[in-house]
Amino acid sequence: MTPAGRSGTRGFDLVVVGGGIHGSSAALFASLRGLSVAVLEKDTVARHASGTNAGGVRRLGRHHAEIPISQRSMQIWYGIADLLDDDCGFQIAPQIKVAETDAELAGLSQRAGELQAMGYDHEIILDRAGLRRHLPAISDHAVGGLASLKDGFAQPYKTTFAIQRKAMEKGARFYEHCQAGRIHRSDGVWQVETADGVFAAPRLLNAAGAWAGAIAGALGEAAPVEAIAPMMLVTNRVPHFCDAVVGAAGRPLSFKQMPNGTVVIGGGRRGRADRHANRSEILFNELQLTAETAMSLFPVMRSASIVRSWSGVEGRMPDDIPVIGPSARHEGLYHAFGFSAHGFQMGPGVGELMAELIATGATQAPITPFSIARFAV
Amino acid sequence: MSARSVDLLVIGAGPAGIAAATEAAGLGLSVSVMDEQSRPGGQIYRGIETASPKRLAVLGKDYAAGRSLTESFRSSAAEYLPDTLVWNIGSDRSVDFSRGGRAQQMNPSAILVATGALERPMPIPGWTLPGVTTAGALQILLKSSGIVRDNCVLAGAGPLLWLVATQMIAAGARPAAIVENLPRGRIVAGLRHLPGALRAREYLFKGLAMIARVKAAGVPVYANATGLAIEGSTQAEAITFSSGGRQHRIETDAIALHQGVVPNQQITRLVGAEHRWDAAQACFHPVLDARFRTSADSIYVAGDGAAINGARPAALQGRLAALLIAEDQGRRVGTERIRRLQAGIARDKSVRPMLETIYAPAPEILAPADSTLICRCEEVTAGEIRSVVDLGAPGPNQIKSMLRAGMGPCQGRVCGLAVAQIIADRKGETPEETGYYRIRPPIKPITLAELAAYAPDEDAPRAASGDAAA
Ligand SMILES: Cc1cc2nc3c(=O)[nH]c(=O)nc-3n(C[C@H](O)[C@H](O)[C@H](O)COP(=O)(O)OP(=O)(O)OC[C@H]3O[C@@H](n4cnc5c(N)ncnc54)[C@H](O)[C@@H]3O)c2cc1C
Repeated sequence: MTPAGRSGTRGFDLVVVGGGIHGSSAALFASLRGLSVAVLEKDTVARHASGTNAGGVRRLGRHHAEIPISQRSMQIWYGIADLLDDDCGFQIAPQIKVAETDAELAGLSQRAGELQAMGYDHEIILDRAGLRRHLPAISDHAVGGLASLKDGFAQPYKTTFAIQRKAMEKGARFYEHCQAGRIHRSDGVWQVETADGVFAAPRLLNAAGAWAGAIAGALGEAAPVEAIAPMMLVTNRVPHFCDAVVGAAGRPLSFKQMPNGTVVIGGGRRGRADRHANRSEILFNELQLTAETAMSLFPVMRSASIVRSWSGVEGRMPDDIPVIGPSARHEGLYHAFGFSAHGFQMGPGVGELMAELIATGATQAPITPFSIARFAV
Repeated sequence: MSARSVDLLVIGAGPAGIAAATEAAGLGLSVSVMDEQSRPGGQIYRGIETASPKRLAVLGKDYAAGRSLTESFRSSAAEYLPDTLVWNIGSDRSVDFSRGGRAQQMNPSAILVATGALERPMPIPGWTLPGVTTAGALQILLKSSGIVRDNCVLAGAGPLLWLVATQMIAAGARPAAIVENLPRGRIVAGLRHLPGALRAREYLFKGLAMIARVKAAGVPVYANATGLAIEGSTQAEAITFSSGGRQHRIETDAIALHQGVVPNQQITRLVGAEHRWDAAQACFHPVLDARFRTSADSIYVAGDGAAINGARPAALQGRLAALLIAEDQGRRVGTERIRRLQAGIARDKSVRPMLETIYAPAPEILAPADSTLICRCEEVTAGEIRSVVDLGAPGPNQIKSMLRAGMGPCQGRVCGLAVAQIIADRKGETPEETGYYRIRPPIKPITLAELAAYAPDEDAPRAASGDAAA
């Protein structure tokens, strides 16, 4: 990081607004392509969703449109330690969605069939016995599941911090406590005003998470980003009983036992997100259901204690898939935001394709479904 | 079940809390008091209601004075909820608590946080070995069950160290030694404040008398000790240090450490109140206005949780806070009473500058060696913290994410100050700039089963997003 002057203009090839995993990853891959990059972060890197998520590196159950990008991202995850010189706490582990009724299992089977037809074979059906081979502690009433055996989990802050450090090593500059204010374009160059002076670049990436809608909106592109606060619970250490990351077909759940024995439980239930105050609040009346679900799927959890909870502010789109791609309105403007509570796994893959798109003007990745134009009024 | 509302919820039944509750109830406010303990009195008067005459004699006159406080509290109209754990406070001031294995909610109009002080962490090599405890923990055993430890070395500094020593002597368990790590020159520096302190001279006389009693009992006292370390592989075996120009080693399997007390910030942090770093005392204080108000709406703090002053001023502060809270809620309160309480508090506080100068923590405690464990729950050393700071991690929350320091069941209650200070020193900032752990509920563990059975008021907040889509 260079000491930021009070005024003056600094020029780059690319200015990224937002130091979450998406902004940082795009900065890394753009730097690897030789671009000079500045990342502006109003708080600190990974302060929000990217440092506070559940760390699920999950392909299982993704929206069809996300699968190709998620697959590419997974390849990068498998080599993440070599790419970043940091293991990021990444471990390969099965992700399993449990069916509690035959109807749920039928739904999962249908999904597995659809993916097969599309040419993907990472999601497989587990029958009663197969489910118990992977999850010996699962409740008797569970009838089967859908699994992606080579997914995994990682440590979110460690990962995003490692991406930042590698990007800096490759020349990217990160400016923390540096909020992007007014943005305009003159002579084909974006000018981003901040309290630390103006950052100028011909290309601008909006990776501002829950705050990205305001930035897009100010530039005349509607993007209805809702701020949400997914919540997580952590228990005391309990004897090892579970190797997979577990969800449920019929109710919101994400459940995993960490290598140290603590169990992290989340999935779906939301607290109160306040993006103006930059914070989120836990609502225990909502978490009550999470606790109930966890206990009913894993009876061993009855005696566990909750030692902590947390949540983070995340951006959600109305259709629960992100905005990824060029602006529909301005040249040199790009968006990657609104990952709707499942963008951690996609961080490396989206960063790579955004860098390609920004540097070359095109990408092979099928990003059409993610165009911001879908919200044009 | 629907959540109850009260005019005032007092958290903590120590002197500040019970004095406040008694006073507020007397003014006609509906008051509830919650405390984790089964009986009122807090740490200082722990066990006061059940203490035998013999134990009262061992613990001394100041302790016995707690009786009248608990008696008037018991006979007040304030509702007392013992064995009750407050584990969350929402931004709407709704309070989640557990009692009898059941999670419940209360909606008070005002909250007085009277959760007192904690002992400062004293990270020296070996401080986490079995056999090592704190002077405060030793005293709790003595108060609650009359248990004493033989052949115990008391190490560190602070008035409590001497008090515990005299109480142990009275109980027939003379400490093996006192290893005082006051840096040289502290007494002389403190004497500068003597004229002011003379306003509350009884404190000084009591302090000197305690020291004299310990010495008269033949307890070896090692002054200006430095380089304190505890030896042992699976259990404390000896304490080593230098004092009087010589290296010492005392064999013992029982060591009690103490380095003063600091405000317990868990609740004031949980509610997002502003805090200020006190460089002289090396601790955080919640920022309060003259009416005991934090920056969080209708949340007040009195007693040692605001700033360390001791039991008597805590009770006076509790009373005064109750009067001001009643006034804030539109009751008429006698101004003469307010003035008298203010004067009493000011008088008791006059001894503080001298005590604080003498007993500010020793610099070596604030800058532990790289190999010293800091977070005992997750076994993180000072050196590991420094190396992550060197990578560029900006503060305690990132250290927590990287190293798990402060993620254990105590949520950093024990190590938080030490971690904040180590990071700040490494970055060349003040801990105020570096910040502190974000404290997340539950502030003490609750069972999953309890949460699963949780059914607060149906009107309680139930929202997916707090602001409109943009
Ligand atoms: C509790 C929780 C659990 C989750 N679990 C998972 C999971 O298991 N698996 C998974 O794949 N995903 C998960 N997610 C989702 C995932 O964390 C997010 O999708 C992802 O981190 C989004 O990254 P981002 O970079 O878009 O956003 P962010 O990390 O929010 O980054 C955006 C950044 O932009 C900054 N910013 C905003 N406006 C400005 C401005 N004007 N100037 C400068 N900076 C600005 C913000 O401060 C912020 O740091 C979870 C999310 C949460 C909250």
